[in-house]
Formats: sequence, C-alpha cells, structure tokens
Amino acid sequence: MVNTILSIPSDITGGTYFGWGSFQIQSGNLIVIIVMLVLFVLALVLPFPGNKRSK
Amino acid sequence: MNASGSIDEHTESEVLHTWTGKTRQWLVKRLPADKLLPEGQPSYVSSWIYVFGMGAIASLIYIIASGVVLSLNGPTWYHVSGLGHFVNSSHLWSVELFFIFMVVHLWGKYWMSAWRGGRVLTWITGVISFAVSIVAAFTGYLLQTNFDSQWIAFEAKDALNAVGIGAWFNVANLGQIFMWHIVLLPLAVGVIVALHVVLVRARGVVPPLEAASSDTQLTTPDEVSVGTLTEGSVR
Repeated sequence: MVNTILSIPSDITGGTYFGWGSFQIQSGNLIVIIVMLVLFVLALVLPFPGNKRSK
Repeated sequence: MNASGSIDEHTESEVLHTWTGKTRQWLVKRLPADKLLPEGQPSYVSSWIYVFGMGAIASLIYIIASGVVLSLNGPTWYHVSGLGHFVNSSHLWSVELFFIFMVVHLWGKYWMSAWRGGRVLTWITGVISFAVSIVAAFTGYLLQTNFDSQWIAFEAKDALNAVGIGAWFNVANLGQIFMWHIVLLPLAVGVIVALHVVLVRARGVVPPLEAASSDTQLTTPDEVSVGTLTEGSVR
C-alpha cells in the first residue's frame, strides 16, 4: 500500500498566481469569485421559466 | 380533530396540562402542517435569486452521500482506486458548489434585508451554518493524506496553539480530525441547516423590499378577518 502510494506522481503544484501591486490571488480562487459574481448578476436579470402567478 | 371538525379550534381552545401536549400545541401553533409542507409559494419566489438556498442544500446532500462512501473506505482509499479518486473529486467539487451557492444566497438575502419581519433567527442560523461549514471544509483539507494536507496541518497547528486550543483540536492528529470531519461537524451543519429551513417554513420566504405591506401574500387569513386590513388595501 505505502509503496503504491509513493509511486503515484504528485500533481500538487504551487498553482498560477495573479498580482497587482501588493494584491495577489491564486487562479482557482479568482475563478470561483468571478463565477459567484456572474451567477449573482444572471440570477437578477434572467427571467424565471414558467413564471405563472400563484395565489 | 375534535367533534366540531376543526384542528385549529381544538389546539387553540383546549387547556393542556402535560409537557408533551403543551409542546405539541406550541409547535403546531408556530409551524402548522400546511406551512411545513406547503402546496404553493408566493409569486415573488419565482426568481432565480430564490433558487440558491435549495442549490446549497442539494450540494450538501451530495457532500454527505459521497462523504459516507469515502469514510467507509478510509482515508487512503482514493489514492489506490480509480472509483475512489472519482468519489473524492466529486466530494471536493460538491463542496465548491455548496460554498458558491451559499455565498450567492447570502448576497441575495443581504441585499433584500432578509432579517425583516421577525426573521432574525433565520438570518443568524444561516450565518452560523456558514461559519461551521468553513471549519468542516478546513478539516477536509487535512484528510487528503498527502504532502499538501501535511503542510496545511503543520502550518495550522501553530495558529491553533497560539490561541490555546491546540491541545483539544490537534490538526496533526489524523484520527481526531477524521472524527471531527465525519461526525461532529457534519452533525452540527446538518442540525443548523435543518433549523434554518424550519425557520424559513415557519416565517415564510422573505418578500421583496418593494412589496407593499398590504399585499395579500404577506398576510394570513386571520389577520384579514380581524380587520387589520381594510378591503381597499388588499390587492
């Protein structure tokens, strides 16, 4: 088991970072924040399907 | 149901003496069955911004299901099994979705002041579930059983020792963190989220800010019948 685990190459890397001045952010974190902002805006502007008035 | 055929009359008029009866009366008064499992929702709920809370719950259900499979196979299974790697990865990605949906849900509720109308406890349970979920996610990083988790654990232990809780919450102890991650923290998140949903059912989904206080959707039949609203104010 241990040998099998050790023989697997590690895919852990430092990742890609973006920086502006003293501000620095990892690409994965930046992507998640952008996805959340896009979802929030889309939720406000897109019409809801089957929007029939109830009660 | 009593002889007159009304559950409401029964629960409101009867004087109960046992703690079980009083508890039932208290619960039924605040959360009647038609509020707990409603047939319909107000029309203002037909908006994408009201979907993200349920999206977070759907993600949480998948997190728990995939977590049960992972925990039954132990913390090294995903290193040596293709299926294990898939379940482990989907466990991670469902957590990503859980937090994405929860944050968009939080933004939506913040900008519509969702604590209005006696919904303070709903807001507070949401905040607590968010905080406890962060701790649960952090302990998940410690269970990767790789160099990444080892690095995280030995960085985190200094901070936890500095605030004086390292002896009880030892991030270098895999067995203890496994117990926190698969028993205590999921239990805490599950209970708080369940309470959050029950409070939403009891108080109703918060209406938009621009809704008039006289909107019939915001009132109960009782309030109308006792004359808190005039006929002209009801849309």
